[in-house]
Amino acid sequence: MSVTDRIEQLEREAQAAAAVAASSAEIEELRVRYLGRKAELPNLLREVAQLPADQRSAVGSAANRARRAIDSLLDQRAGELAVSELDARLQAERVDVTLPGDPLPAIGRLHLITQTRREIEDVFIGLGFNVAEGPEIETVSYNFDALNHDAQHPARAWSDTFYISDEVLLRTHTSPMQIRAMELSPPPVYLIVPGRVYRRDSDLTHTPQFHQVEGLAVDEDITLADLKGTLLAFARAIFGPEREIRLRPHFFPFTEPSVEVDVSCFNCSGGVVAGGERCGICKGTGWLEILGSGMVDPNVLAYVAGNGYDPERVQGFAFGMGIERIAMLKHGVSDLRLFYDNDIRFLEQFA
Amino acid sequence: MEWLREYCELHMDAHTLAQRLALTGTEVERVEHHGVSELEHFVVGHVLERRKHPDADRLSVCMVDTGGSTPAQIICGAPNVAAGQTVGVARPGAVMPDGTRLQKAKLRGIVSQGMILSERELQISDEHTGIMVLDQAHAPGTPLADVAPIATEVLVLEITPNRPDCLSIYGVAREVAAATGAQLRPAPWEYDPGSFGVLDGITIVNQAGDELCPRFTARIFDGVRVGPSPLWLKARLMACGQRPISNVVDITNYVMLLTGQPMHAFDRERIAGGRLTVRTAHDGERIQTLDGQQRTLSERAVVIEDGDGPTSIAGVMGGGRSEVSDQTTSILSEAATWNGPNIHATSQALGLRSEASTRFEKGLAREQTLWAQAVATRLFQDLCGATVRPGTLDLGAPPPPPVTIHLRDARIERLLGMSVPRARCRELLQTISFGTADAADGLDVTVPDFRRADVTREADLIEEVSRLAGLESLPATLPARRTAFGRLTAPQRLRRRLEDGLAAHGLHEIVGWSFQAPDVSARLLLDGEPAVELANPMSSEQARMRTGLIASLLDVAARNHARGATRLALFESGAVYLPDSSGVSGVAREPHHLAALVCGAVRAPTWREQHPPQADFFAAKGLLGAVLASAGVPWQLMAGSEHPFLHPGRRATVQVGAAGVGWVGEIHPRVASGWGLSETVAAFEIDLSAIEPPGPHAFADLTSFPAVHEDLAIVVGEHVPASELLAVIDSAGAPLLRSSEVFDVFRDEQRLGADLKSVAVRLSFAAGDRTLTDEEVARQRQLIIAAVDGQLGGRIRDAQ
Ligand SMILES: [Zn+2]
Repeated sequence: MSVTDRIEQLEREAQAAAAVAASSAEIEELRVRYLGRKAELPNLLREVAQLPADQRSAVGSAANRARRAIDSLLDQRAGELAVSELDARLQAERVDVTLPGDPLPAIGRLHLITQTRREIEDVFIGLGFNVAEGPEIETVSYNFDALNHDAQHPARAWSDTFYISDEVLLRTHTSPMQIRAMELSPPPVYLIVPGRVYRRDSDLTHTPQFHQVEGLAVDEDITLADLKGTLLAFARAIFGPEREIRLRPHFFPFTEPSVEVDVSCFNCSGGVVAGGERCGICKGTGWLEILGSGMVDPNVLAYVAGNGYDPERVQGFAFGMGIERIAMLKHGVSDLRLFYDNDIRFLEQFA
Repeated sequence: MEWLREYCELHMDAHTLAQRLALTGTEVERVEHHGVSELEHFVVGHVLERRKHPDADRLSVCMVDTGGSTPAQIICGAPNVAAGQTVGVARPGAVMPDGTRLQKAKLRGIVSQGMILSERELQISDEHTGIMVLDQAHAPGTPLADVAPIATEVLVLEITPNRPDCLSIYGVAREVAAATGAQLRPAPWEYDPGSFGVLDGITIVNQAGDELCPRFTARIFDGVRVGPSPLWLKARLMACGQRPISNVVDITNYVMLLTGQPMHAFDRERIAGGRLTVRTAHDGERIQTLDGQQRTLSERAVVIEDGDGPTSIAGVMGGGRSEVSDQTTSILSEAATWNGPNIHATSQALGLRSEASTRFEKGLAREQTLWAQAVATRLFQDLCGATVRPGTLDLGAPPPPPVTIHLRDARIERLLGMSVPRARCRELLQTISFGTADAADGLDVTVPDFRRADVTREADLIEEVSRLAGLESLPATLPARRTAFGRLTAPQRLRRRLEDGLAAHGLHEIVGWSFQAPDVSARLLLDGEPAVELANPMSSEQARMRTGLIASLLDVAARNHARGATRLALFESGAVYLPDSSGVSGVAREPHHLAALVCGAVRAPTWREQHPPQADFFAAKGLLGAVLASAGVPWQLMAGSEHPFLHPGRRATVQVGAAGVGWVGEIHPRVASGWGLSETVAAFEIDLSAIEPPGPHAFADLTSFPAVHEDLAIVVGEHVPASELLAVIDSAGAPLLRSSEVFDVFRDEQRLGADLKSVAVRLSFAAGDRTLTDEEVARQRQLIIAAVDGQLGGRIRDAQ
């Protein structure tokens, strides 16, 4: 058999073997058998130089062509087999897709009081206010005297306020920070004071500890209308852009004039919910009381007059609101005590 | 409402009025209905015939003409019912004060077509021993509401402490008139049938002085006939929550409700010695008050005494001895002004508040005493047939002259941000009885005596103007803001970062009590730890202020655990209270702490991972490290800590810079079991006030020249802490060593030897200005190996 015949025979054998190969591993075996280092075809090529000169060219080109043909055939078959093998593997990897997915690491929640406090803080920061905090253990002087509470004021009673001693108490409101802040820096001052406060009260709507946010703006020309505008912006930011507010005259020792502020109920229209029922949130009044406020009383400014707070030259407004009350209204929480029970099922509700 | 209408013409219902009042500064708590309703079912009846009920001794069967074509048959249980009486009848359909609706009923077999009414059933008085008998003049069938006070609306007001003048019907009428524009009728004391000058028949001495008793007035009435009050008076008292007693006592109560001035009627003939002395009490003096109780006075209290000793505590409560009785014929009516703060102190000390003391303690005007005498004089004459003796006893200094305050137009606008025309100001102030006179730049305003205590400054007048002018018209503006901007401070931002970090890692924030039970320190094995103590806690469980957050977290963990929660991951951010006289209050410092607690599986189990690892020391440490690192706070741990409530072998001190700022560890099992927690509880607590917020981070070039990573397994003694090994490596590897990190710890007595461990460390080498060569890295590694060997006796495991 001539060399070229042998080459053709090898090529045919390789073709036949490739056609019946059933896996990519068999193809790789064929590659070694026909094209590997010790295989016949490459050997033929290596020995071309020893052939008579007139045969060298024909054998060489035939062997080369056969080698390329086998190589490309094996590649082609390997490709075909890889596709079907992958298909088979994927079939075998089938899972029950209805089983639960892996949970991501659980996300915790800030307490609703913190969420609400931050929301309030952020609104007032946007309105140009700074945030300050003050001591919860306070002196009678800052908590009552400097804030123009007369000696008989009922809040001073030991039945209403927690005392450490005759002169020291747990602050009953965040208002003492009005004085401390004005003592620290001369006007203008734009400040809110979030924090814990304490009163001796415990029932559905009172806990002995709760949270307030105080506000104070003192400058040369702050007006009651500015108070209304500021609180309107606040009410809309917290309760929705359609809200209105109204000011009701009231009395607080440290503001004059004093007003209570109501926000229009977000749950109803004029006290009536869709369907004609009386609204349970505002008790049918259409308004929700959210805070007390007023123009800083001249007596309070006079207390810090030495630091630039001359009541004839500067004036301002102050307000105080309960964080829990805002949170209860906004989220429909009915029992104040839930805030301090810290049941996880309560905590994790508020995203 | 019915009483109010006597003093101002009102053309609106109670609810509309309540709204108007709220917007001018008088809060209406609620509107109540007093008496009966469905008034068309209440009529006048004539009792035509009374027979005994055949089957019940106590019942009568009455035939009553109620204006219909046939008389109604009504069963009545009252002993005083008789033919010929004019009575009030409720017919079926009538609604009684308690809300029950009357129906036709059978009583022991006999039909009753209604009810003959007693005063109590109509809420006119407490009288229920018999039916109410009307005077004869009214025709049967006349609506009962036309002839008897059987129903009215009652406004329950919340009067702010600065307005004692509104603790009276006429004071409220004045506000109602101002709020609604209704005409205010003249005050009921403008007509005074009494006279002034010397009063014979009583001697009164004020030893307490004008300071404690600024004014004391008295009048004497003779020929007094004590008996029941008329229906209208009883009904008004009942509507105001006062029980009618007798005409004399009822009149004094009625006068107080109308004028705001409490007054007292003595039986003049029972005043021992015909002499009353006003004096301060002796310390520890005892007195029996009208309610039958013995009370001990302090020397601040003022008493009124007669020849036999004290008869009443001035301004607070009368005594029993000289009370008016059925036999009384001559009375002394007393109306005095007492020192507000002193009355407050006395009533606080005694724990005794009365209608009188709540009015006196707010400071009444001296003029009110004579208002009360005027109204009382007319009523004693009209209702008790009394004759007033000439003269009025009147002790005390004359009232101060009226105060005039200058009110500037410009000041109103500057404070409110809205101008109120001067004419409008004048009109508004006059409706609440302020006097006005024009001035160049505004008004000179004279304050009425009953507002003297409350209105003393221009700002107070501006409040009056603003509340009456209507705040609805106030524009809503924002401050002009020439200076200042708002943002959180660096410590506030750091706190938010850390809180957010913990929440992002799956922890829920709790808000615990600032209070703590006294036994908590013992439960934390911290016996004798000082804490701020409350002088008047609400309960012993809340008697101290907390000194750390861990007890709050354990409380909440225990509560949730008891409710079935098995995986607990909680944190709290809040103040603690450490006794320290350098604090602003002179009592405590209040650093802000952040604490976290984990217990149970670190992840929720799933069908793929049924037994996730349990939280332990390293879970807490990992959390602490993650949140501090994310906030850019450099930190390190020192093995051990002072805290006895931690596992002695699993606790460490957290350091930021050189300062210890807190601890991390596992809660001592003995402590945890005290809270009912049997699993491992790991936690940390750090003092945020002690952590300096990090400044801006300086850039380091970590990308231009890649780092070379190498792993070393080092065998060292069991006693060598990882932190010490890393410290040796870091110092020997400098400056090319960028980081070193433990990624495996391996123990095998056979292969390594006893008391030895293999610690695998990943090293990263880099330089900021070049790519390192293999030789440079190899040299640095040799230095590290030599240092570990020399300082710790460690050797490289691979080199064996
Ligand atoms: Zn509503």
